[in-house]
Amino acid sequence: MTVAPELKDTSPEKLLAPVLSAFWDEDRSWSLDVYRRHEGYEGLRRALAMSPDDLIAYVKDSGLRGRGGAGFPTGMKWQFIPQGDGKPHYLVVNADESEPGTCKDIPLLFANPHSLIEGIVIACHAIRSSHAFIYLRGEVVPVLRRLHEAVREAYAAGYLGENVLGSGLDLDLTVHAGAGAYICGEETALLDSLEGRRGQPRLRPPFPAVEGLYACPTVVNNVESIASVPAILKNGKDWFRSMGSEKSPGFTLYSLSGHVASPGQYEAPLGVTLRQLLDMSGGMRPGHRLKFWTPGGSSTPMFTDEHLDVPLDYEGVGAAGSMLGTKALQCFDETTCVVRAVTRWTEFYAHESCGKCTPCREGTYWLVQLMRDIEAGKGAMSDLDKLADIADNINGKSFCALGDGAASPIFSSLKYFREEYEQHITGRGCPFDPAKSTAWADRPEVNA
Amino acid sequence: MTTSSSERGVSLGMPQLPAPAYPDDVRARLETDAREVIARYPDSRSALLPLLHLVQSEEGHVTRTGMQFCADMLDLTTAEVTAVATFYTMYRRRPSGDYQVGVCTNTLCAVMGGDAIFETLQEHLGVGNGETTDDGKVTLEHIECNAACDFAPVVMVNWEFFDNQTPGSAKRLVDDLREGQPVQPTRGARLCTFKETARILAGFPDERPGAVEEGGSAGPASLVGLRLARGETAPARVVHPRDGGPHDEPQHPAHRPPTAEHPSSHDAPQQTSASDPAHPAGPAAEEGE
Repeated sequence: MTVAPELKDTSPEKLLAPVLSAFWDEDRSWSLDVYRRHEGYEGLRRALAMSPDDLIAYVKDSGLRGRGGAGFPTGMKWQFIPQGDGKPHYLVVNADESEPGTCKDIPLLFANPHSLIEGIVIACHAIRSSHAFIYLRGEVVPVLRRLHEAVREAYAAGYLGENVLGSGLDLDLTVHAGAGAYICGEETALLDSLEGRRGQPRLRPPFPAVEGLYACPTVVNNVESIASVPAILKNGKDWFRSMGSEKSPGFTLYSLSGHVASPGQYEAPLGVTLRQLLDMSGGMRPGHRLKFWTPGGSSTPMFTDEHLDVPLDYEGVGAAGSMLGTKALQCFDETTCVVRAVTRWTEFYAHESCGKCTPCREGTYWLVQLMRDIEAGKGAMSDLDKLADIADNINGKSFCALGDGAASPIFSSLKYFREEYEQHITGRGCPFDPAKSTAWADRPEVNA
Repeated sequence: MTTSSSERGVSLGMPQLPAPAYPDDVRARLETDAREVIARYPDSRSALLPLLHLVQSEEGHVTRTGMQFCADMLDLTTAEVTAVATFYTMYRRRPSGDYQVGVCTNTLCAVMGGDAIFETLQEHLGVGNGETTDDGKVTLEHIECNAACDFAPVVMVNWEFFDNQTPGSAKRLVDDLREGQPVQPTRGARLCTFKETARILAGFPDERPGAVEEGGSAGPASLVGLRLARGETAPARVVHPRDGGPHDEPQHPAHRPPTAEHPSSHDAPQQTSASDPAHPAGPAAEEGE
């Protein structure tokens, strides 16, 4: 440690808290041997010594909230599972990480898959489930390979299968690869997909906790949520609560990407700010400055350089008018055309709309037409109100949140950058040079 | 959806004859695999997505024969199978190349250079989106966000990561693929063909020795936070004062970066240093040095 004491408060050592990522740099970090060397599966032993109800209460008391976007308390989700109903219960892990900008679960599963598997066994003990599923998006074969291997290792070591560690818990774990559909990250669409159907969201209620997979009580949790559970059991809920805030306790993975000097994964207590993350990591790329960013993927309303000091926890981001989402901090500098960025996101939502709900299916289509026209300099001023109007007709009016996500970039970009839209219209075209936004724009020698 | 009905292969004409069956030996082999897949699930229909990956591993795309096979194995109608097969983008519906080269053109990768890479490859290979080179080696596609934004711009080949690409590196990549040169992803194992990849997706582990550990534990970007937290890299190395503005901002004066008077100012939830127009985006350079 060479950092002067007075700098301690802003030093990375102080601001960051690697837990899940603590040994990703070790050789074979993904293997059971290395995981056990870092006290892997110790949390499971403690969990198995507790009754399921006590375990649920413990996780609830820890304050752990869902890391997949919505921030719902994980323990409460488990508690909703009816007990003694005579039906099988299922745990389904949502590893369909596809939200634009989101890139935390994939490196986590690549480098440390056993943290998820241990969390799964703990969760299944809590909700009295004997069959769990990992629904992994299909487009990440390197991760699938390691999950296959980790599950094999866990069976061989007695963490999965019959009578786990002599506890009487029988547990099977199935790794299921998706086939390319963003909508399957929505929990009820994921369940339909896992049942071998088109991934289309279900009307709720009934909620998955009552009628989920095969109409049986089902918990659907994000990868990072479940993977965080073993550390809570191992180190204690008070340790977990010593990080973050009262309502947003604990550690989490922040994914910094875009025009920053040092893109990557930063595991920190909840509530760190983008300014702190940029300060410690070298800021924006040299010579440029932040223009807009997303706090949690493209579905969360964008922020600008005015929001650098917003605490990145559920309450802080919410109070500033957006959502913590997946903590996917996509940062764009002043070379980036916001109209181009939003057009591309809108095309994504139109492409990924499952077609079930009319406002989303039709609305995203028309948003794309308007956005493309505006970007190409063929828009009219009245199109801006039309955009907002269509987005308003999608927002909150479909079964699932995909439509809301499609509306977010439209609303927020119009709020902060309306004049840039107007410039595309009055100037009859986009004033930005896309070549200046590229990763190699300031390194001409790369452009070979 | 932006494809036309003809591109999607929708025909409103005469019904097609039933699909020809697989040869007996192929069918027997696939049935053995299929039964293993089905046994993983409490309800057989859950095996449909993996079985579609399985039939794709046989022929390189999902054929009518493959869909008939899935329907037979799961006691579904071909209409039910077709409905699913056409919903998911990873199922190819026509013959394609050994190597599927997907360029991420979702916003972040596109802005960081994905658009330029995709244009370069289209020109270099002489094919458009979804088309295959004449030698049957490479099918070029643009893809959506593949959860590797900290490695942007990203290119996927048979769903393996090729991180931090440039137009030049992507051209060399496809040239190597077409020439049969060995190609190593930046994270993950040696490339296998599209069919072999589809078999892993069906849930059959990669049996190649060493495949699981290839590519190391984590990519460089995955480790930057950890290294900072350990004090292994110097903190706060903001190398460029960001008070003077960039040298290459758009010439049009109306397109300067947002300043204190842009429309959002009154909406800001918190007063931050952004209120100081001289320091709109970040820390002083000397902080922490």
